[in-house]
Amino acid sequence: MTATETVLGAPAERREGREKVTGTARYAAEYDSADRAHAWPVPATVARGRVIAVDAAAALALPGVLAVLTHENAPRLGDPDDPVLAVLQNPRVPHRGWFVALVVAETLEAARAGAGAVRVTYETEGADVTLTASHPEAYVPDSANGGFPAVTEKGDPDGAFASSAARLDVGYTVPPLHNHPMEPHAGTARWEGDRLTVYSSSQGTSAVRAELARLFGLPEDRITVRSEHVGGGFGSKGTPRPEVVLAAMAARETGRPVTLALPRRYLPAVVGHRAPTLHRLRLGADADGRLTSLTHEVTTYTSRVKEFVEQAAVPARVMYAAPTMRTLHRVAALDVPTPSWMRAPGECPGMYALESAMDELAVEVGVDPVELRIRNEPETEPESGKPFSSRSLVECLRDGARRFGWERRDPRPRSGEEGPLLIGTGVASATYPVLVGPGVASARALPGGDFLVRVNATDIGTGARTVLAQIAADALGAPLDAVRVEIADSDIGFGSVAGGSSGTASWGSAVHEACARLSGMLAGRSEPLPEEGLVAEADTSGKADAESPYARHAFGAHFAEVAVDTVSGEVRVTRLLGVFAAGRILNARTARSQFIGGMTMGLGMALTEDSTMDPAFGDFTQSDLASYHVPAHADVVAPEAYWVEEADDHLNPMGSKGIGEIGIVGTAAAVGNAVHHATGIRFRELPLTPDRVLTGLLEHGHPAGMLGV
Amino acid sequence: MDSRHDRAPDSRTPEPERSQTTLRVNGKPHTLMVDHRRVLLDLLREDLGLTGAKKGCDHGQCGACTVLVDGRRMNGCLLLAVALDGSEITTVEGLAGDGEDLHPLQQAFLDRDAFQCGYCTPGQICSAAGVLAEAAAGHPSHVTDPAAPSGEPVALGREEIRERMSGNLCRCGAYPRIVDAVEDVIP
Ligand code: FES
Ligand code: FES
Repeated sequence: MTATETVLGAPAERREGREKVTGTARYAAEYDSADRAHAWPVPATVARGRVIAVDAAAALALPGVLAVLTHENAPRLGDPDDPVLAVLQNPRVPHRGWFVALVVAETLEAARAGAGAVRVTYETEGADVTLTASHPEAYVPDSANGGFPAVTEKGDPDGAFASSAARLDVGYTVPPLHNHPMEPHAGTARWEGDRLTVYSSSQGTSAVRAELARLFGLPEDRITVRSEHVGGGFGSKGTPRPEVVLAAMAARETGRPVTLALPRRYLPAVVGHRAPTLHRLRLGADADGRLTSLTHEVTTYTSRVKEFVEQAAVPARVMYAAPTMRTLHRVAALDVPTPSWMRAPGECPGMYALESAMDELAVEVGVDPVELRIRNEPETEPESGKPFSSRSLVECLRDGARRFGWERRDPRPRSGEEGPLLIGTGVASATYPVLVGPGVASARALPGGDFLVRVNATDIGTGARTVLAQIAADALGAPLDAVRVEIADSDIGFGSVAGGSSGTASWGSAVHEACARLSGMLAGRSEPLPEEGLVAEADTSGKADAESPYARHAFGAHFAEVAVDTVSGEVRVTRLLGVFAAGRILNARTARSQFIGGMTMGLGMALTEDSTMDPAFGDFTQSDLASYHVPAHADVVAPEAYWVEEADDHLNPMGSKGIGEIGIVGTAAAVGNAVHHATGIRFRELPLTPDRVLTGLLEHGHPAGMLGV
Repeated sequence: MDSRHDRAPDSRTPEPERSQTTLRVNGKPHTLMVDHRRVLLDLLREDLGLTGAKKGCDHGQCGACTVLVDGRRMNGCLLLAVALDGSEITTVEGLAGDGEDLHPLQQAFLDRDAFQCGYCTPGQICSAAGVLAEAAAGHPSHVTDPAAPSGEPVALGREEIRERMSGNLCRCGAYPRIVDAVEDVIP
């Protein structure tokens, strides 16, 4: 048995597990030192306007308060790439919750009291925070997130729609959603002369370092950013956030190390969120359910700080063989917090809408929804015409249907009644693109027989450390426990972000190349290794991230069973089963956990996660974990995740596709479709909370005038 | 043991804002001058350097700060430290008994891969320790059969575990494996 045969794909245990279960794993706010100070931000309390005065006297008079920074006295910063990082630079308030001051103090209590004592006077202006499908300021942007064109068109979708045997024209609404990783964003910063060291709760230290260099006018080699342990991110830590800038600023102003850990309630306004999306789907099909026309139009918002367009119509370009198609994004810049990445931006809300519409079409034409999807399987990528490197959607659907027992399903809506409960099942497809970034890695053979691999990856809970060690061991032909891995340190060199499900492919490609090179060096060598060992390096720029002639995507299928309580309107998901095709699965243990984690977040999106932009105050009403309901233990009964192995030579040396995001894509549609099957009622706005469901049941089940009786 | 407060240059602080407080933490006594505003979670993390207990919300909404206070699970972010004078606190760092490398729950969490990012994990583990004790002492939960004999130990099935652990959020979604791990440790 060789290491090569056993290491990749094996369910290796997480390398940092012991630290995590004993409480010794340190996160960004936990780098203490004798003179460390704490900072607390002051969020704007108006939705739009200017700060005209800040009275810090009362705050400064409090015991323990060291400094109050505002736009008047904060150091001038260079221009960041991301304008959300230009904090305390001018009096403008672009949205409620934007930070207008920062208090630095000896203790957390003093910092909090200080922040409460700062008096800010504003000149307010009328704010517009309400997105509507016909918002007068909505425009078609040049591109959407990810650099995708905002509009694509193939053939004459309107003409084809008009002459289709079956026609569906429907709208869906997804509310704003919040990432809420369990570790709130935090940074600890320390200056030694003109050297800056930062511990940052981030998905990528290179990106943080690059922005800090721009902001503080420093060469990058004078900045070190570390993110050894990160308590989740889900996209919200994928780009640098204000807390790291404010911590560095405060540390420079006070000459002390400073930690800024954001209070939970402040996160929704400053760490990005999933923008709300209003969808219009028009599907035309022949009598057998074969698509003749597909139009997916999305209206969303961005802030006045920068343009971010949730690319929710993009997955329609990948999914089904429609001969005519239009996909289009519209965006309105409002006085709202700046949206950004949340797990599977674009695909997640887009596939909720598309897969719900496919289910409606299946009902319309009387074709089983699994079969309808199989019937619309394309030969090549519908929008680009490129061949797929691999595409196993049909296998996922078939395997999932078999495992779920789909053939026993009575297709008639409202056919499963058990006392006060209505039982139903639903299916939806999933897709997520293969993304990959460049980076560097080194592999060192040490005289004792061990290897040290260094790569600037971040492990936000994915198991990156572990799978990278597996990739290295595989490439070196070495036992797994002979490989040490160092990650999450910007001094290692450029590493791409733990985002876009690209981490393993990106860092792994560099690790694989360095290790393969080292193997070659060792193979031709008979003399003993020098004391410092023998090192090989790799830089995958231009290679790992080269354009591919293939359309590369992961696919999946979700099956859900729900029980809808006709008395309370509560929906319980009693079964949730996903089958995924994501190339080669490199660690069965951590991969299953990721798939299920994504499905669980999708369950939250379906049933409980709801955020409301208050039209009067410009605030997210549900800004903390008491009001924004992420799934809890009791909500998650027994999710199952499986995969179909794919051998795909057009990906990377490991043959893997990303797995971090596809689990959330399609889950909400599968649940919504199951609710339709259970109740016969189509709900087109998420989440499916008891108030909505009960109202729907009463409207459909009682004669007019009996509502609520 | 000194607290950071004693060293802070806060001569303006009138003493009425602080009190001497003694806690036994993981078996060791600590006497500190404690700011009356300080919660147990911050005392552990800032004064004692015990950062195993996490701050997820600071408002009793997430369970990341769960520790055992006189053997019962509590949210450390909701307890004013000065009100705990004389209490016995156990954190994830002190959960394993003398001579024990890991507490059986810690081992089960490792065996079951019951976490991803690890930020909720110390709270989950401490909470699970509390759950086992509560069920053994016959405390019912919302899903306990009302006909079950009062005061008798409650059998912990998966539904009971899920119900009782619902105050501990895990955004990574490691829930099913956490339940597996807790099940493994049921005596
Ligand atoms: S930090 Fe105490 S419950 Fe969240
Ligand atoms: S493991 Fe990340 S929140 Fe539970």
